[in-house]
Amino acid sequence: MTKMQKFFGAAAALALTAGAAAAEPALIYDLGGKFDKSFNEAAHMGAQKWAEETGETYREIELQSEAQREQALRRFAEAGANPIVMAGFAFGSALDEVAGDYPDTKFAIIDMVTDKPNVRSVVFNEHEGSYLVGMLAAMKSESGTVGFVGGMDIPLIRKFACGYVQGAKAANPDATVIQNMTGTTPAAWGDPVKGAELTKAQISQGADVVYHAAGGTGVGVLQAAADEGILGIGVDSNQNYMHPGKVLTSMLKRVDNAVYEAFSAGTDLETGIQVMGIANGGIGYAMDENNADLVTAEMKAAVDEAAAKIASGELVVHDYMSDNTCPVE
Amino acid sequence: MDKMPRWAEVFLVPLISLLLAAVLSALVILAIGENPWAAVKMMVSGALGSTYGWGYTLYYTTNFIFTGLAVAVAYHARLFNIGGEGQAMLGGLGVALACLYLPLPHWLIALPIAAVGAALFGAAWALIPAYLQAKRGSHIVITTIMFNFIAAGLLNYLLVNLMRPVGSMDPATDKFPEGTHLPTLHDLLAPIGIEFSKAAPANVTFVVGLLACLVVWLLLWRTRLGYEIRAFGHSEPAAVYAGINPVKITMIAMLISGGLAGMMAVNNVMGEAERLVMNAVEGAGFIGIAVALMGRNHPFGVLIAALLFGFLYQGGAELALWTSIPRELIVVIQALVILFTGALDHMVRMPLERLFLAFRKGA
Repeated sequence: MTKMQKFFGAAAALALTAGAAAAEPALIYDLGGKFDKSFNEAAHMGAQKWAEETGETYREIELQSEAQREQALRRFAEAGANPIVMAGFAFGSALDEVAGDYPDTKFAIIDMVTDKPNVRSVVFNEHEGSYLVGMLAAMKSESGTVGFVGGMDIPLIRKFACGYVQGAKAANPDATVIQNMTGTTPAAWGDPVKGAELTKAQISQGADVVYHAAGGTGVGVLQAAADEGILGIGVDSNQNYMHPGKVLTSMLKRVDNAVYEAFSAGTDLETGIQVMGIANGGIGYAMDENNADLVTAEMKAAVDEAAAKIASGELVVHDYMSDNTCPVE
Repeated sequence: MDKMPRWAEVFLVPLISLLLAAVLSALVILAIGENPWAAVKMMVSGALGSTYGWGYTLYYTTNFIFTGLAVAVAYHARLFNIGGEGQAMLGGLGVALACLYLPLPHWLIALPIAAVGAALFGAAWALIPAYLQAKRGSHIVITTIMFNFIAAGLLNYLLVNLMRPVGSMDPATDKFPEGTHLPTLHDLLAPIGIEFSKAAPANVTFVVGLLACLVVWLLLWRTRLGYEIRAFGHSEPAAVYAGINPVKITMIAMLISGGLAGMMAVNNVMGEAERLVMNAVEGAGFIGIAVALMGRNHPFGVLIAALLFGFLYQGGAELALWTSIPRELIVVIQALVILFTGALDHMVRMPLERLFLAFRKGA
């Protein structure tokens, strides 16, 4: 080998490693913060799983303000991060503006559709999963009254609520569903005290199973349910472990899988809309040793049947987002 | 009467407070195993080292100028308006309604109309607390802070149910039409040959903010109304004796204050987001209190303090972006500055006064 060849080899190797380092993926969390035990944390878990398996590193940032959405996107894109994954629908308009300026960078946005050639839009059919846990709640309930505690009153959470009510009514047409939203500001995502209060108020109205879609607030919901001796239902991540035997199940929204897949695909990320539903395992309900005694074989059979029907398209759960209304109350 | 020279009062006290805050912040950063000097360098270069950094710093500064002036004006009438948050939210509604439903062909027309809309809505939100204070004696601190929550609820209702485009997940209005887009500093400076970052959100509203500082200064110290506001603030009985109507002054001071807070929306809603989002104000209303305190309720002081907080915001963002310092600690650093410059003012002032007195005796 001549000196020249060696030199070129070294240079190529250097270029390769430089390229690999530059193509570090990045993950941007929404305002709720990385450790919200729910949505953002699921994204974090997906990224961690990727990092542990590949031994590579990734960049991440927790936002502090709305103006930082575009800022973080641009800074990561300019620093060569690729792909850039963002957790949350609120990035939609920022990404809409930024994506075109960095055609060589791949982006993935969760919970929102952004129509750009270099963007993968990952949306989840939360209403389907909520439908399943709604069925479980109504079947488990002895009082015939079940509860729902939402975080901030926004369309996405109404979508959860609407699916839940449909499921509860499907399992028990006479079921009563009490719905409460925690608040109208982003603080509603991190207010476990209020979550516990709402849960107790629902219990006093007869609810004996309460489902939450409230991020960090839900910690209080599950706590209150466990303290008062009723059952809670977790959301996004598997939260059954938080109070074993006191959490009926969790509606799984595999944000972690979405992040993991995007990171694994790297710069070859396939763009376009990716709908994660029951059919492709993006949505489901959690069964593990913590809730094995709570869900009877009969209940499981009924829910699995409904899941199969939803997956095949035979059963359509109404999506609140499609027309901003819910057919059942 | 004078315990220390004016330059010491205006510059030395805040400077020492800042230094104390910086030292404490450095210790905090050290405690989590990061290098404080590198952090400071990153904050400075990130916030002031490029036109891009300046663009963000000035964007935040503009927000804080308006909310800081709002607090300052009310404070001169000894009214503690902590409802800037809600007033700025409503100001955003005023801007959004103007931009979405009025035919505004060009920003030169859109800017004043949107600013008036913002000021009107912000002032309207201050009207009820002002009336309750003036006529009923309901304390303005309680009522304005409660109105912040009402504003959040109202905006949430409007955005989720009425103003959101069908099928959109985001509780926000549509994008404002092209004609209402404000020029950024890049657009303004390019014709005169100055290259300014295109990506930064600082826009023409910064100039409006500077004008607002000037107008507030003229109002407070060069007009009859300003004199009445200050006289009322110093002593209500004396003001009444001089024929100043306390109800009128309370109302007017709060309306001006609310209007100024509302005008912040021109910057963040119209200039940056170009649509109304739910969480548009993001605590700038509360930062305004710290800015006014630090700026000694003087428009020039407010400008300087707003710049400092703009720097802290943008510098903090850079830290979050490129280091592993968690964002909670960045909030701690920002809070330390507020604590020292706002709340612990006397801790620095008293010893300094004694020092100057000792010097004077010696001389």
